[in-house]
Amino acid sequence: MSVEIGHFALVLAFALSLVQSTVPLVGARLGSSALMRVGEPSTIMGFLMTGIAFAALTAAYMQSDFSVENVWQNSHSAKPMLFKITGTWGNHEGSMLLWVLILTLFGSLVAVFGRNLPATLRANVLAVQGMVGAAFLLFILATSNPFARLVPAPIEGRDLNPILQDVGLAVHPPLLYLGYVGFSVCFAFAVAALIEGRVDAAWARWVRPWTLAAWVFLTGGIAMGSYWAYYELGWGGFWFWDPVENASFMPWLAGTALLHSAIVMERRSALKIWTILLALVAFSLSLLGTFLVRSGVLTSVHAFATDPTRGVFILAILVLFVGGSFALFAARSGALTAGGVFHPISREGALVLNNLFLTTATATVFVGTLYPLFIEALSGDKISVGAPFFNLTFVPLMVPLLMAVPFGPLLAWKRGDLWAVSQRLFVAFGGALAAMIVALLFVDRAAALAALGIGLGVWLILGALTDLALRSGLPKARLRVAVSRLVGLPRSAFGTALAHAGVGVMVIGVTAVTTMQGERIVAMKPGETAEIAGYVLRFDGLTPYTGPNYLEDRGIFAVTAPDGRPLGEVMSAKRVYPARQMPTTEAGIMTLGFSQLYVSLGDPRDDGAIVVRIWWKPLVTLIWYGAVVMMVGGTVSLLDRRLRVGAPARRKARTGAAQPEAGR
Amino acid sequence: MRGLARAAVAAALWLALAAGPALAVQPDEVLDDPALEARARALSAELRCLVCQNQSIDDSNAELARDLRVLVRERLVAGDTDAEVIDYVVARYGEFVLLKPPFSARNALLWASPALLLLAGGGYAFINMRRRARRRSPALSPEEEARLEAILNERD
Repeated sequence: MSVEIGHFALVLAFALSLVQSTVPLVGARLGSSALMRVGEPSTIMGFLMTGIAFAALTAAYMQSDFSVENVWQNSHSAKPMLFKITGTWGNHEGSMLLWVLILTLFGSLVAVFGRNLPATLRANVLAVQGMVGAAFLLFILATSNPFARLVPAPIEGRDLNPILQDVGLAVHPPLLYLGYVGFSVCFAFAVAALIEGRVDAAWARWVRPWTLAAWVFLTGGIAMGSYWAYYELGWGGFWFWDPVENASFMPWLAGTALLHSAIVMERRSALKIWTILLALVAFSLSLLGTFLVRSGVLTSVHAFATDPTRGVFILAILVLFVGGSFALFAARSGALTAGGVFHPISREGALVLNNLFLTTATATVFVGTLYPLFIEALSGDKISVGAPFFNLTFVPLMVPLLMAVPFGPLLAWKRGDLWAVSQRLFVAFGGALAAMIVALLFVDRAAALAALGIGLGVWLILGALTDLALRSGLPKARLRVAVSRLVGLPRSAFGTALAHAGVGVMVIGVTAVTTMQGERIVAMKPGETAEIAGYVLRFDGLTPYTGPNYLEDRGIFAVTAPDGRPLGEVMSAKRVYPARQMPTTEAGIMTLGFSQLYVSLGDPRDDGAIVVRIWWKPLVTLIWYGAVVMMVGGTVSLLDRRLRVGAPARRKARTGAAQPEAGR
Repeated sequence: MRGLARAAVAAALWLALAAGPALAVQPDEVLDDPALEARARALSAELRCLVCQNQSIDDSNAELARDLRVLVRERLVAGDTDAEVIDYVVARYGEFVLLKPPFSARNALLWASPALLLLAGGGYAFINMRRRARRRSPALSPEEEARLEAILNERD
């Protein structure tokens, strides 16, 4: 019964989204506040209805109601409760429902917290959100109904793909979708601004918190996915340049550019066209990602052609929204007046450079991901574009950009002095150089490339610290004064410094693990030892274990430090899930400082030995800690007084008040 | 000949163990010469496992990936250069096997796009800035120039 209620609620949500996408739009056109006011209740009710639908599906999963086809295909009665719940979105239909749930959630947040927005802008934003929601709700109802029943109901389900039976599924997709779909708010704001033909600094101030929030979630989602793949897939890679990863990475790159662009627009009224365009691009790439992942077009153009209903539907949504918004942009962007003037050497100039590199990087990932499809569609030949291509093109684009990052926040607005800024960065540069020399001299196996990467990371971290130090008046001011100034700095200053330092931390982790990782592939019998990077692992044999819905062989390894100290045990397992007859490897990981030992079990051999693959992953956790630091930076920035809800209205009331960051 | 014998042993072993998950590179595949093995690993990272989704043969535990790894090592042991090994594999399996597409006319757009986009974008930004500067300058009187300069230098 509850399943039918869920289905019905979903249909109601679709009907509400139609109201939401039309009535406020007409109201804004006619200047009727009565019509515009329909926006909020329809948005909030739409969210509640989608919530009921989602809850109904979750309940069906929790009760293992196999009369629902979707539950039967993706669940099993013996599955632990956590994975029953997360299984709700571990499949196509459920994940699309989660997508729409988050979309309507963001719409409701605009409706609730956007009370200080100009009435027409709010009406238009909600209408655009409603259009996106209507399109995807129709998609679910027409092609991907999660509530379809099976008669007669099967006794047992077919279980969830074992790789997905992990805490990662509880965190990764919701975070990723909060990021993906969060950009829909920026998109809606951009389209609303184009409809009204008016964009100003206040607009940028409203858009920035949404961009920041989406960016923080997307950063977390991508990082979480990266760590999940690292420990789950069993060979310790952290980024594969897989098309599915690229699909989430492209909106992140564009969103990062948008974030920076919106700062310039808010503070200097410049880069309006950049900001609007990037807001459109970021969400268009989110839609593209949804299309790539959900249509099956990635496996092959032909796989897509065999069951095209879903793919063609999302493609139509993609064409409608991307085409529509860009046509609107082409028609209206002429009306966007150029803002404040600036010299090429200035903070605005630095941010233009930043946008240029980030959009080129986005385009590179875009071309690399779609080129095989393009060639196959054109000539029928299949080619591959994999990690070596992206490493050869993306890294050379990122290195100059990252080298320039510490200069950006130090340059003055309008016209900067590059030479003076370079002098101020002298200490950071010296520190980076010292780190490079230390890496070359004292770290085993460190190549020139490794030293350069570590130097770059240290340069980013010290550059961020330099920014904070200079803002608090060092080295001229006395320490006490400097400390009190530091505490009084706007939170966005800390946010910038943390985010940039986080990138540096990540660069060090990526460099260390790609250039200095160690690997051993050995066949071990119980009692035998293997040595890697000074650590000694003794294999203590295999023990069978029965889990709730799987069987596994656990291999225990006793680890000894280079100085002979015992460090405890690490357990690696080989699992079989009987429901799907699918084996997985559960990697054994021991974290030592920021580095990790990574043990993966292979096949047993006839002589009683088992194949073991052991990696030494130096500083590997810095990759994800770096992402966490970036997220903290984004969150701190989001808490800045200027960006708090209601701040724009209060600011307008006292125009002329000094900006907190002015006068640097 | 040694390579062939090794492959035969490897194949026999593989058949014996065919069930269950395997790790990518097996201990018995590893070549005795570390330099040769390092080359084999580097080459493997650039070759696609044909039955997987976007995995190199170095990462994949599929049977076909193992065959290709053994093949690469055989060719290296036989004295092939890296380029010869790649050519040999492409001749058998087609360009699809290359994770790094070759620099060919067909892939020109792919490889050139980052540089082209960066140049085009940079060029556009530069010209735009120049044009805005030129459009402004003749209209300004010396006093206005001075005032503009003062405004530009003014700290906000």
